Amino acid sequence: MIQIQNVHKSFGSLEVLKGVTMDVNKGEVVSVIGGSGSGKSTLLYCINAIEDIQQGRIIVDEIDVHAKGTNQDRLRQKLGMVFQQWNSFPHLTVLENASLAPRIVLKLSKKEAVERAKKELNHVGLGDKFDEYPTRMSGGQQQRLAIARALAMKPDYMLFDEVTSALDPELVGEVLDTLRMLRDDGMTMICVTHEIAFAREVSDKVAFFHQGVIEEIGPPEQVIVNPQKEATQKFLSKVLH
Amino acid sequence: MGSSFFTPLSWSDSGFILTGVLNTVYISLVAIIVGTLLGLAVGFIRAEANKATNVLLGGILDILRSVPLIIQLILFSTYIGAIGHPLDPFVTGSIVLSLYTMAFMSEVFRGGFESVHQSMIVAGRSLGMSYWQTVVHIRLPIGLRAVFPSWLGVALSVIKDSALVSVIGYMELLRTSEQLISRTQQPLEILIGVGLFYFIVSYPLSLYGKYVERKMAI
Repeated sequence: MIQIQNVHKSFGSLEVLKGVTMDVNKGEVVSVIGGSGSGKSTLLYCINAIEDIQQGRIIVDEIDVHAKGTNQDRLRQKLGMVFQQWNSFPHLTVLENASLAPRIVLKLSKKEAVERAKKELNHVGLGDKFDEYPTRMSGGQQQRLAIARALAMKPDYMLFDEVTSALDPELVGEVLDTLRMLRDDGMTMICVTHEIAFAREVSDKVAFFHQGVIEEIGPPEQVIVNPQKEATQKFLSKVLH
Repeated sequence: MGSSFFTPLSWSDSGFILTGVLNTVYISLVAIIVGTLLGLAVGFIRAEANKATNVLLGGILDILRSVPLIIQLILFSTYIGAIGHPLDPFVTGSIVLSLYTMAFMSEVFRGGFESVHQSMIVAGRSLGMSYWQTVVHIRLPIGLRAVFPSWLGVALSVIKDSALVSVIGYMELLRTSEQLISRTQQPLEILIGVGLFYFIVSYPLSLYGKYVERKMAI
């Protein structure tokens, strides 16, 4: 379970998160929507300990992410993260991209790491690309590689930061299909996304971020279909029309 | 006294020339290897260090890069002689040439480290890699590929610059050829031969560099 408790985060004098509280239970899919600069992506970076927080706590399976003494490298093994930019390692083949971290972080033997990587690559439909270099692949394929690379660490949670935003429109579908598949596998996911229809379809909960706080949170039928708050209604009327 | 004081170039000189060739290769290799390793360390420190450290290091490197190598060689060799610790010309030449090479290599490597985008490193860290694992498995291989052509350019110029070590008495190819010229009075043949040697060493290396560059441009 991920517990986010009154989290404040500033970059210099700019306060991006102004007291965010939210729980994500095991097996849940939570979508985070909201305008640019509302703090959605920053929250993911804080959960993954890439960014510090100034106040509040984030607890992942009883571990306080930002407490002194927390082994953040080990914590990140629980939390797979995929970014807007896929960040494939260009000097490695697809198979090496997906087997590197299991090999050097989890200290698996090369054979085990490769087997694990192959399984995840097959899962995301890249079974025929093992020896290809990522720069020769489409954005959608590279994003699926990034997902497989994260899954090969067998994380308990997956964090998706606008994973379709940098893709050509015709490539968005294949990545969303991969996310649907993960949901069906029972993966716990937090998806920061602009794909409102997708959020409505896959999420157990939708959180609408506005000016650094969660303005509205609840099942998609409430937040997306029948928003209670004015800010949510305004945002949705802008993005849906 | 009919026979000349000068004797023409002959096959028996080949051993002497070979010594010069080997010494040139030897000191170039030392300078390239030491300069590369030091340059890698200094380049990494510069890419990671704060502004104050960078200003200090940058100043030292600027001096090494801006003062002509021949002056550095003479100054260093004279200085250590003057303080009573004269060194073998090979050692003196290796130290100066290595530091000079380091100054250029460090800038090449700094550029390489800085060319690896922060998001790539964040991606590594988010997979649970430690700071040093991202350095070894992401920044080094990606950065080094990016700067390989520049590295080769510096290495090739070091081979040619090694000729200057002759001024402090190291018996490399240029100095052996100067001695042969003063004995044989055949400067044209000898200098063409020496020039050819540098070309024969450098050109295939530069071709190889282009080949590797093409291969890496995946």
